[in-house]
Amino acid sequence: MGATHYHETVRSSAPPDTPLVLPPGVLAPGRARAALPLRREGPAKLTGLAKYADDLVFPGAWYGATIRSTEPHARLLGIDLDPAFDWSTVVVITAEDIPGDNVVSLIQDDQPVLVPVGGEIQHQAEPVCLLAAPDRTILRAAKRRVTLRTERLPATFDPLQSEREFAHFELTRGDVDAALATAEVVVEGEYRVGHQEQLYIENQAMIAVPRPDGGIEVHGSMQCPYYIHGALKRALNLTDAQAVVIQAETGGGFGGKEEYPSIIALHAALLAQRVGKPVRMIYDRHEDISATTKRHPAWVRHRTGVTREGELVAQDIEVVMDGGAYVTLTPVVLSRGTIHAGGPYECPNVRIRGRAMATNTPPNGAFRGFGAPQTEFAAETQVNRIAERLGLSPLALRRRWVYREGGVTPTGQVLRESVAGLEVLEAAAQASEYEGVAAHTRRARDGRADDARTARGIGLALAWHGAGFTGSGEVHLASVASLELTAEGAIRILTASTEMGQGTNTIFPQMVAETLGVDPELVDVAPPDTSVVPDSGPTVASRTAMVVGGLLIKAAERLRLQVETASGGPFTDTYRSFAAEHGATRVDEQFTPYPGVEFDDATYTGDAYPCFGWASAVAEVEVDLDTGEVSVTDVVSADEIGRVIHRVLAEGQVEGGSLQAVGYATIEELKLTDGRYLNDRLATYLIPTAMDAPRITSILLEHPYSGAPHGAKGVGELPMDVVAPAVVAAIHDAIGIWITDLPATSERVLAALTGSAWPAPPGISTEMPR
Amino acid sequence: MPAEPPVESPTTLVDAYRLLMEPGPAWRPVAGGTDLLVQITGDLGPPPDRVLNIWGLDEMRGITLDGDELVIGALTTYTDLRASALVGELLPALVAAAATIGAAQIQNRGTVGGNLVNASPAGDTLPIWLATDTVIVLGSAAGERTVAANEFFPAYRQTARRDDELVLRVRVPLLPRRHVRFRKVGTRRAQAISKVVLALSWLTGDDGTWNDTRLALGSVAATPVRSAATEAALDGRQPIRATADAAAAALSADIQPIDDVRSTADYRRLVAGRVLRRLLRDEGGW
Amino acid sequence: MTYRLTVNGVSAEVEAPGMRRLLDVLREDLGLTGTKEGCGEGECGACSVLLNGAVVDACLVPLCQAAGADVQTVEALDREGALNPLQAAFLETGGAQCGICTPGMLMAGEAFLATGAEPTEVAIREAIAGNLCRCTGYTKIIDAIVLAAERRAAAAAPDGQA
Repeated sequence: MGATHYHETVRSSAPPDTPLVLPPGVLAPGRARAALPLRREGPAKLTGLAKYADDLVFPGAWYGATIRSTEPHARLLGIDLDPAFDWSTVVVITAEDIPGDNVVSLIQDDQPVLVPVGGEIQHQAEPVCLLAAPDRTILRAAKRRVTLRTERLPATFDPLQSEREFAHFELTRGDVDAALATAEVVVEGEYRVGHQEQLYIENQAMIAVPRPDGGIEVHGSMQCPYYIHGALKRALNLTDAQAVVIQAETGGGFGGKEEYPSIIALHAALLAQRVGKPVRMIYDRHEDISATTKRHPAWVRHRTGVTREGELVAQDIEVVMDGGAYVTLTPVVLSRGTIHAGGPYECPNVRIRGRAMATNTPPNGAFRGFGAPQTEFAAETQVNRIAERLGLSPLALRRRWVYREGGVTPTGQVLRESVAGLEVLEAAAQASEYEGVAAHTRRARDGRADDARTARGIGLALAWHGAGFTGSGEVHLASVASLELTAEGAIRILTASTEMGQGTNTIFPQMVAETLGVDPELVDVAPPDTSVVPDSGPTVASRTAMVVGGLLIKAAERLRLQVETASGGPFTDTYRSFAAEHGATRVDEQFTPYPGVEFDDATYTGDAYPCFGWASAVAEVEVDLDTGEVSVTDVVSADEIGRVIHRVLAEGQVEGGSLQAVGYATIEELKLTDGRYLNDRLATYLIPTAMDAPRITSILLEHPYSGAPHGAKGVGELPMDVVAPAVVAAIHDAIGIWITDLPATSERVLAALTGSAWPAPPGISTEMPR
Repeated sequence: MPAEPPVESPTTLVDAYRLLMEPGPAWRPVAGGTDLLVQITGDLGPPPDRVLNIWGLDEMRGITLDGDELVIGALTTYTDLRASALVGELLPALVAAAATIGAAQIQNRGTVGGNLVNASPAGDTLPIWLATDTVIVLGSAAGERTVAANEFFPAYRQTARRDDELVLRVRVPLLPRRHVRFRKVGTRRAQAISKVVLALSWLTGDDGTWNDTRLALGSVAATPVRSAATEAALDGRQPIRATADAAAAALSADIQPIDDVRSTADYRRLVAGRVLRRLLRDEGGW
Repeated sequence: MTYRLTVNGVSAEVEAPGMRRLLDVLREDLGLTGTKEGCGEGECGACSVLLNGAVVDACLVPLCQAAGADVQTVEALDREGALNPLQAAFLETGGAQCGICTPGMLMAGEAFLATGAEPTEVAIREAIAGNLCRCTGYTKIIDAIVLAAERRAAAAAPDGQA
């Protein structure tokens, strides 16, 4: 499919304080889009009618709270309730009260729902017991009357020192040791990235309601209803029908609500079962930051062999990730990080060794990018440093190295189609005027006076992101999406894919409607309720448009064929009468493997992903040379995503992902002491405000993937992979120093500028309590 | 839903003083609530036993010029400061400070008095009071008394205010040829508690030398502080490069900041000096 | 104690402790759940409302200080389901994604529009600096506020003169 479209949001070149006023009635490109369907649930969100978990009212509901450990590693000897307190209206649940398995069901059965007496507390803020009361004042008081008796055990905080391994992967190609031994130039680099909190603005929340059949109905903020469904069945001994999970309007997820919600759902459900009434567990921000999953910190070491004139000869890469105290999704995060760790570059000799280690810190989990932002930060910074070392342009070097069609990845995958690394590179470089600006900043840096106040810089990076689940993930998921034509003539989409702002509820009707030939307004989306919708798999891995959307298109094609064959006329003219005559029709479409995609789980070789998305970003910064403060002023991100289903929504993903990556690169720092997060409030964990955010220009490109009916490859995570290294490259361009620890806080930048001692490495807890 | 301690809402100062005299646990006055409500909701310490809502006391509002003093009521918000032509003309550094605090929502509610009484070492207006020899006026049933800003903060998060008093207003002496500058370094451009915040004031002599220099800083000690050593390095001198270097060095050596969740001691020490040096460079024009 | 205030133009009488947060009064006592709690610390702005026309964080306003005041929440903006110009602009530009910051963002946006200030990028960024958004990168939110300001200006000058 050769057609390539460039959708470019026009970036205003006017200085920032020029009024952006246009004559009335004229819509600037990049602004309003009358032709595209407007956000389906937009009006509800804009008028305050949309109901998020805490907005739901359940008369007679009790309130739940979690008693958590305050030590990183300890044996739990006992749970003491103060006898002087009136416990008559308080329900207490401990591990003993769990009807089924005391396991948070996910990949490995290592994480308990509640630590049992006699068991080991493995991290700070680990749930030990649960309380519920009808009144929040009583609940608040009761929380203070629970004492955990513990015996402290030695704790491990540094993944490089840890002896407990969660997972490891090794990818090899060619002979790295031989190639490095004879390489003309070997460049070494060590990179460290810290935790990152997803910081959805809606805190995690679940409400569990007992069912007459002894089951539990859970309403809440979530990405994956069926993950919770599975967890409830396991721990509460419920049948498929008894466990009902219903997604409420969800205020952001970004991966932070992929696996963690199962835990709160379990807690609320256990309490509700005992109380016999609905129980609300709504986290406040402090609890949310303290207890929920974060992006895995990582340490990455590169040894790259090149020729003096810039040929890539060998990559030897070691990745160590910190999984926290329990496995959760760590093996999958590590695998993606490992596969992407070399960057999108053709290299004949590659060895990538990745391992994820346990520490006594709260378990880390999914966050947009899922391992790739960490390793691609290292990969890209390494490439930029090599360019500097060889005296070559970072743009020229990448032009040379980036995969072309037919290229072979470290898993031995041949990139057969939809390969656009070079194109996004050129698009970003061109739109940002990278070379011209870089020449200017270089001159400015060379001629800079000692007492200059600020320095500007521009930096470039390139990234790839495998589309969908790694390896045989999609095959194992065997997702189902369904389409219903009701007897009344309504068209209904049934999937477990959740809307959390990315636009699921808008693009699904759009795609189905386009296939059926009707107005999108005529296509409904059933709420993700496990008693109604099939398991379409989790809303993660940028798979919603690509995989589930693909299933819906196929389902719609089948439905259209069925109706048109029976009626003899176009679907749009005949479906209502068809429905009246035939009654309800339902089409279930199950995932079938993409053609020609084969992966061997045992050797971890083959087609790791059906295809890859490609992105390039250019960032401009201004560094305050007195304070080390980094202001990111502009980001251009060119993203090739197969097919742009909905331009406004796709731009929204690029813009939002880019800003999260800017925060990751600059101010989002989590410090730990004694295995506990010090930045546990919004006053101390800082994300960019509107005054900190750069102007973001998104450029969307299309090379449709032939295996998906619409060609889409996913857009949610790709933008996150590429911006942080662009920012760090821009800082280097401004001040001549590589910041290899992320975030590049002003403390790190100033230490670099003044040659002072570097701050402590990110992601490692200090030992002594403060 | 956080704790909801009992509250009284007097409508006059006299009523407020009477309540403050009542036997019982200490009252916690609440102005705009931008500190107290955060503390209560966040369970940062036990909730107050009782709260005195002073928001309705209009006697504590107003910005006036009284002789050679700028008088600012304790219930003046940061928005009020930014909008005040008087403050803009007579103490623009205070306007600059107000603009760095929080964002619109906080500026509409946070007050001069609240910032004083909350006594955070990072309070952004506090260095300005110290640097301008501002006097804080306290009132009670016994009448009014004044405390110099420099003496208002005896210890970490403590003030000279007695339990039966309210901060009514501040009086800022206006001296001819006195200049005041303000600088705050935070983690981000809005909604940021400072890592270092400073206010610098001086009187310019006929020959361009600086006299009666005052340098006050926040976030580098348990309370807002003055740096006498740096002031000594500046007095009687002109803001030339050598002076700036010496002053910056004196400042970095004089302060004892700590590592905390926001920043490091090293950073604060370095940045305070560098920011001062830049201020002096801007004044000196070299 | 009983407190009287006006909420979205309607008189309300609330029997609750004076230190009850206005946020809780709105959401729980008055059933107006449009205003959201994101942090309870005055950092995120999801609870922004207009108090006598000024944008404030409702999580930091005790009920006793809202007594006698005029409070406006997101529910005041639409006219029986018809979106007001700012809401319509958000819908068109894509300024709302997950929507949790949106009510507060709209109130901050309305406060800005009410000043009549020139809708420059710098001015708008400052006006919404107290409203954290994690989804959008702020880009399309700024576009929406500009669009609404332009339309307001256009409506005020129907004869075409700027």
